Amino acid sequence: MDATSTPHPAPQKNLVLVGHGMVGQRFLEALAEHGLTRTHHVVVLCEEPRPAYDRVQLTSYFSGTTPDELSVTEAGFMERHGIELCLGDPAEHIDRAARTVTARSGHVFGYDTLVLATGSVPFVPPVPGKDADGCFVYRTIEDVLAIEAYAKAGATTGAVVGGGLLGLEAAGALQGLGLATHIVEFAPRLMPAQVDDGGGAALLRTLTGRGLAVHTGTGTQEIVTDEAGAVRAMRLSDGSELDVGLVVFSAGVRPRDQLARDCGLAVGERGGVTVDERCRTSDPHVYAIGECAQAVDGRVYGLVAPGYEMAQTAAAALASEAAENSEGTDASFTGADMSTKLKLLGVDVASFGDAHGAADGCLDVAYADSRAGTYKKLVVGTDGTLLGGVLVGDTEAYGTLRALTGSVPPVPAEQLVLPAGAGAAPALGPEALPDDAVVCNCHNVTKAAVQACATLPEVKKCTKAGTGCGSCVKLIGQLLPQSGDQGLCGCFAQTRQELYEIVRTLRVTSFRDLLDRHGRESARGGEGCETCKPAVASVIASLAPAIGADGYVLDGEQAALQDTNDHFLANLQKNGSYSVVPRIPGGEITPDKLIVIGEVAREFGLYTKITGGQRIDLFGARVEQLPVIWARLVDAGFESGHAYGKALRTVKSCVGQTWCRYGVQDSVRMAIDLELRYRGLRAPHKLKSAVSGCARECAEARSKDFGVIATASGWNLYVGGNGGATPRHADLLAQDLDDAGLVRLIDRFLMFYIRTADRLERTSAWLERIDGGLDHVRDVVVDDSLGICAELEALMADHVTHYRDEWAETLADPDRLARFVSFVNAPEAPDPLVAFVPERDQIKPDLPLLTLRPLEGSSAR
Amino acid sequence: MTTMTETAPATTATAADASVQLRLDGSWLTVCAAARLTPGRGVAVLLPDGRRQAALFLDRAGRLYAIDNRDPFSGAAVLSRGLVGSADGRPFVASPLLKQRFDLETGRCLDDDEAGVGVYEARVCA
Ligand code: SRM
Ligand SMILES: Cc1cc2nc3c(=O)[nH]c(=O)nc-3n(C[C@H](O)[C@H](O)[C@H](O)COP(=O)(O)OP(=O)(O)OC[C@H]3O[C@@H](n4cnc5c(N)ncnc54)[C@H](O)[C@@H]3O)c2cc1C
Ligand code: SF4
Ligand code: FES
Repeated sequence: MDATSTPHPAPQKNLVLVGHGMVGQRFLEALAEHGLTRTHHVVVLCEEPRPAYDRVQLTSYFSGTTPDELSVTEAGFMERHGIELCLGDPAEHIDRAARTVTARSGHVFGYDTLVLATGSVPFVPPVPGKDADGCFVYRTIEDVLAIEAYAKAGATTGAVVGGGLLGLEAAGALQGLGLATHIVEFAPRLMPAQVDDGGGAALLRTLTGRGLAVHTGTGTQEIVTDEAGAVRAMRLSDGSELDVGLVVFSAGVRPRDQLARDCGLAVGERGGVTVDERCRTSDPHVYAIGECAQAVDGRVYGLVAPGYEMAQTAAAALASEAAENSEGTDASFTGADMSTKLKLLGVDVASFGDAHGAADGCLDVAYADSRAGTYKKLVVGTDGTLLGGVLVGDTEAYGTLRALTGSVPPVPAEQLVLPAGAGAAPALGPEALPDDAVVCNCHNVTKAAVQACATLPEVKKCTKAGTGCGSCVKLIGQLLPQSGDQGLCGCFAQTRQELYEIVRTLRVTSFRDLLDRHGRESARGGEGCETCKPAVASVIASLAPAIGADGYVLDGEQAALQDTNDHFLANLQKNGSYSVVPRIPGGEITPDKLIVIGEVAREFGLYTKITGGQRIDLFGARVEQLPVIWARLVDAGFESGHAYGKALRTVKSCVGQTWCRYGVQDSVRMAIDLELRYRGLRAPHKLKSAVSGCARECAEARSKDFGVIATASGWNLYVGGNGGATPRHADLLAQDLDDAGLVRLIDRFLMFYIRTADRLERTSAWLERIDGGLDHVRDVVVDDSLGICAELEALMADHVTHYRDEWAETLADPDRLARFVSFVNAPEAPDPLVAFVPERDQIKPDLPLLTLRPLEGSSAR
Repeated sequence: MTTMTETAPATTATAADASVQLRLDGSWLTVCAAARLTPGRGVAVLLPDGRRQAALFLDRAGRLYAIDNRDPFSGAAVLSRGLVGSADGRPFVASPLLKQRFDLETGRCLDDDEAGVGVYEARVCA
């Protein structure tokens, strides 16, 4: 470990790495793993202004991932290994005789070993106008920032040249920026390299359905510019012209081998520095890895997994060289699998192995359902060996199929592509995979290695599997010991969603019934626990009108299920006192009501604070004071603010069109309408919302579970936002809705969330978790793909008609009020442990008490 | 030690005229009518010294339990407001503040070997 213990400290050698992309960084990590960063002084020349980042996830920038979050360079990595990283300083010249590299800054670095990892550059076809303002490529974070800035400055229509994998990603990005988007592809189908005609047709149908204009079999002839030299239109080879304000070229990539050419290294016919199976170029002191290299099999790999393998191979070769047994390395790179699984514009596409059926005598097995937009093809050898395949629209089986490639599957190929329920054999489980099947392609991890771990985090830590493109994560999950079950808790083997369905379809209105009939054997007849009781209470409450239960949370058995906050309709504070939060819809309040709040606070000596949710919190009420305080508030027209419930909290608003010079809609009115509509709605977790009167977004709607932003012609609805510990910007669900359309869509969205989310799962986490993500939710709630929208709307209508203010109801019922006593044997006596001391003219808890020490793993309520 | 009332079924505990008693220093203190208790929830009892408090619970089988009301983790007297549950057939209450669970029969904290609360004997008296 420590350098001082090395017996003969060898003189440090110099290693220069040119290019700090994904493969370059992986190479540095492999160097460090082999201990070579101790024996070598490593210099990295990096052309881009930032250290290596996840290029594969580039497009996620448009869904809110920041450039920093894209980084793949662990903080402190360079320092820890003594690596010198030169940002923004590309290599310009290599002198192989002198073994030096000259950087743009003029610095000259001597090397014993030089490694080229310069990646590729996007190919821009030589059409007139290609350099006009508004023409871009799609490769770096800087490209993405420039595209975004240009689009925001006024472009409304964009075109992508190239309908391959990257072209479709770029098109998705343009669409996400709000541009009407065209794709122009020279080949007769989309993704010509990955899928066949059938797959291309399925893709085309789905993408057209998503509002993209696709032009296949057409070339780009010219980019037409205006007087200022900016893109105005695009002329196609069929003579037609498209009005576009922005063009992204995505017509393939070329290996960046210019440096190598200039210094006389051998390069392949179609580009790429030629290397041997240990990634060495024609000069034994120079290696080349990643997309800039042409492997021994004569191919240039444009994917990250083969690049990683090359990085590891080169590092291993250097290590054995350093150990002076130049024959001693097994590591070699002789070619790789080109499997890919992508989600392009919401469509799942996968291809693996010999997807085009190039092998002699191989056979195809295909299944197509054009209505559903799915297409699946397997390529099978004459002896039944699975050679490869293409999946479009439904890639469920990808992980298993890819891992089975090269072997004879245990069931006939036809059964592997037929959809479940169409006479197919039960889906082939991952158990069927051989131990040495590669489960994670990016990191070349086998089933056996994955199964040596117990949990996904452990797998990621120990094997790196799942930390690349992520497409194997699902399969990994299936291979891990199913931690017993996915059950809600020790009492129920079902998930919250399953319990919801049981309660809804069997109209179960009692926790006891549910536990005794549907709980785990060992838990039946028991008490339940602190996890399932509130969760079931919430399910019953959100379904109350539909299943004929009493929605009032303090009645009968429901009372025993609620967390203490719901039980006392107030939030418990650290010293045992409570807070009181009246609803102030949209944050709008009259002076008279403000005065009532002030008077109540003064009279009961409560600490008053404006909350982060645009309302007022009154702290320090003792349990027996709650009814008296609320009697005053209800009398003045206030209602419960449900600050205690897993329910709608606030709908914040900005002042909007009525006063603000920028406002384009009445955001306050809409916020109030929404807050009144959804007040009291019980959900798996709390729900927050906001409405902004224009795109300046003063109400911070995009940090909310459902956020509404006004447009000139209506409202945009964003969903799945979150503040808190893991902030997430909400995603656009639908645009330019009218009032009724907005409310209808929110009704559906909320009810779908309530139906399918896990316990204590905010909409943001739910959206990230559910299969198909935002696109699936859009399919269900906008396009009604499951045919349940009418039912979701009816459930919400029930909620709205049955809403009652919990505090008004409580005050009207002496039985219920009986709960609000300090002691069952001394109802009026204040708890002697609840005491206060003054601070800044108000009170604060007097805590000779202990300091709170959170229970590990407990979640705040 | 908490004991149940001769394994009283729920009907006994809720009989209209029955009352609940706690054993303190060798004698029984009547605290409330049995009908005041909701199965699965607790109530707080102020002890005669005007400071100490007990948390009294009824489970769904009608059994009574009483433990000290003070949550040792926060110092606040709130255990009576926690949720009652059972694990491996043993009843517990989860503190409403930070959710530590206490065995209702022994007072032992299930989430921290070093913590626990006192227990009282309780019974229903017709
Ligand atoms: C009072 C208030 C802070 C303030 O002084 O301003 C507050 C206070 C509490 N917040 Fe909050 N949050 C308050 C605004 C917020 C906001 C801001 C907002 O809503 O715009 C956020 C970030 C937005 C968000 O939720 O996405 C916020 C994120 C949280 C979280 C983290 C949620 C998450 O998904 O990560 C928790 C913990 C939880 O819910 O599990 C939490 C939990 C709590 C609890 C309930 C913790 C607890 O159990 O004691 C606090 C209860 C206060 C009480 O007793 O009344 N509070 N909390 C704010 C009440 C707003 C209101 O009028 O209802
Ligand atoms: C939008 C997008 C999506 C993709 N999706 C996938 C996917 O789903 N799956 C997949 O497997 N692959 C995908 N790829 C391809 C993948 O990103 C590449 O295969 C991978 O990044 C190659 O790594 P690399 O290190 O060889 O090259 P790069 O990541 O391109 O890094 C090369 C670096 O070298 C720098 N450089 C070049 N010349 C010099 C010089 N003279 N001096 C100093 N620095 C220099 C460049 O600026 C660059 O930073 C995607 C690519 C893009 C752009
Ligand atoms: S979001 Fe727009 S309308 Fe609302 S206050 Fe801000 S600038 Fe004004
Ligand atoms: S296959 Fe890409 S992360 Fe595993």
